[in-house]
Amino acid sequence: MWQTLTRWYHQWGSPRYFFQYSGVLLPWLWPLAVLTLVVGVVWGLAFAPADYQQGNSYRIIFIHVPAASAALLGYIAMGVAGLVGLVWRMKMADIMIKAIAPFGAVLAAIALITGAIWGKPTWGTYWVWDARLTSMLLMLFLYLGVFALMNAIPDPRQAGRAASLLSVVGVINVVIVKYSVEWWQSLHQGSTLKVVGESAMPSEMLAPLLISMLGIYLFFACTVLMRARTEIMVRERKSQWLREVLR
Amino acid sequence: MSFRATLKREVVLAWRRPAEIINPLFFFVMVVAMFPLGVSPKADLLSVIAPGVVWVAALLAVLLSVEGLFRNDFEAGALEQMLVAPTNLYVPCLAKIIAHWLLTGLPLVLVAPLLGYMLHLPEQASMTLFLGLLLGTPTLTAIGAIGVSLTVGVRSGGILLALLILPLYVPVLVFGAGAAAYAANGAPVEGLLAILAAMLLASLTLAPAAVAAGLRISNGG
Repeated sequence: MWQTLTRWYHQWGSPRYFFQYSGVLLPWLWPLAVLTLVVGVVWGLAFAPADYQQGNSYRIIFIHVPAASAALLGYIAMGVAGLVGLVWRMKMADIMIKAIAPFGAVLAAIALITGAIWGKPTWGTYWVWDARLTSMLLMLFLYLGVFALMNAIPDPRQAGRAASLLSVVGVINVVIVKYSVEWWQSLHQGSTLKVVGESAMPSEMLAPLLISMLGIYLFFACTVLMRARTEIMVRERKSQWLREVLR
Repeated sequence: MSFRATLKREVVLAWRRPAEIINPLFFFVMVVAMFPLGVSPKADLLSVIAPGVVWVAALLAVLLSVEGLFRNDFEAGALEQMLVAPTNLYVPCLAKIIAHWLLTGLPLVLVAPLLGYMLHLPEQASMTLFLGLLLGTPTLTAIGAIGVSLTVGVRSGGILLALLILPLYVPVLVFGAGAAAYAANGAPVEGLLAILAAMLLASLTLAPAAVAAGLRISNGG
């Protein structure tokens, strides 16, 4: 089991293996992502029951929560990739960071914008300096920082390694930032989804939410894989295997 | 290089260029002086915003001064010598962080109570503002050093450094300014200062390792 895992890990760490097998995976992953996303969002927006307190305005949750959780997950993934890149100097690790950073920033922005739209009818204001909003805003800044650092360093390997270190530092910091701003202010409703224990949400609402979250994750994965493939093509443009694969 | 040798070298070098010590201090005082001019000179308003203003100004002063942490060494080639030396990089990085704080951070901390007084900060909060900055500014220097290690040699690194580092400064700002504001309202602040001390110890132990790794990366290692 362990041997299979490590072999699998090293295989996916090589650009060549990654390029070939992500090419096999993507034609299956894309339709699955679109399907779950469409089912989840349409079910949530059109068929799920209205909230007894917030009416129909709560329906933005089917976009807001998946985007926010995917932005967080993307940041953690970036930190893990950074650690892998720093420790094992794996080529794919900094390619993954480069692939994740822009889309993660977009997801964080979507979470903030949908949150603002949701906040107006519910709290009566588009923006408050609340803990969750502020930490999401800071996460957007951290994403933009990684992005800016990568753009500022011309050499791609060096840029990747610098971004690896910054992502690792950022992940450690995100935890501290989260608790510090929570202590500072909180107005946001408590988390509805719980990994352990019963969710505070009826299953007719929970099911479409979970499906649209899965949809966003899959969509995120597809985009990251495609961006990573493009980056591999740029970096390995002179290598023989790429020409053979593309022929 | 041993800890003491690096520390001594940094202090002597800075002593010969006093502008590098004095300029961040002037910057700190000037930024704080802009607030009564820009917001309002009324005492009741100023006393409320004083902790935040002093803290944000200190944070910006540290950010601007820490940018030069490795610049001279990088341009003179001393940094490369440090990197190829057969010793651990952790100790000289720690020494540079501490030396830099002693020369630029500590003066800010010493002046801060005066600025607090000028902003009508209630007197019982003055000590907390001082202690908070004393515990918080070395953390700011240590975190800033990580960003500098990554951007040394990058063109227009200053604004980039701010983008990278400001989000990481948030916890220190929240607890530091929070402690001073609590003290102004007469609330207990020991817990907040303890958290600042914890962040100081964590950053002083972890940051030099990250700075060493960052220096190796940005010098193509």
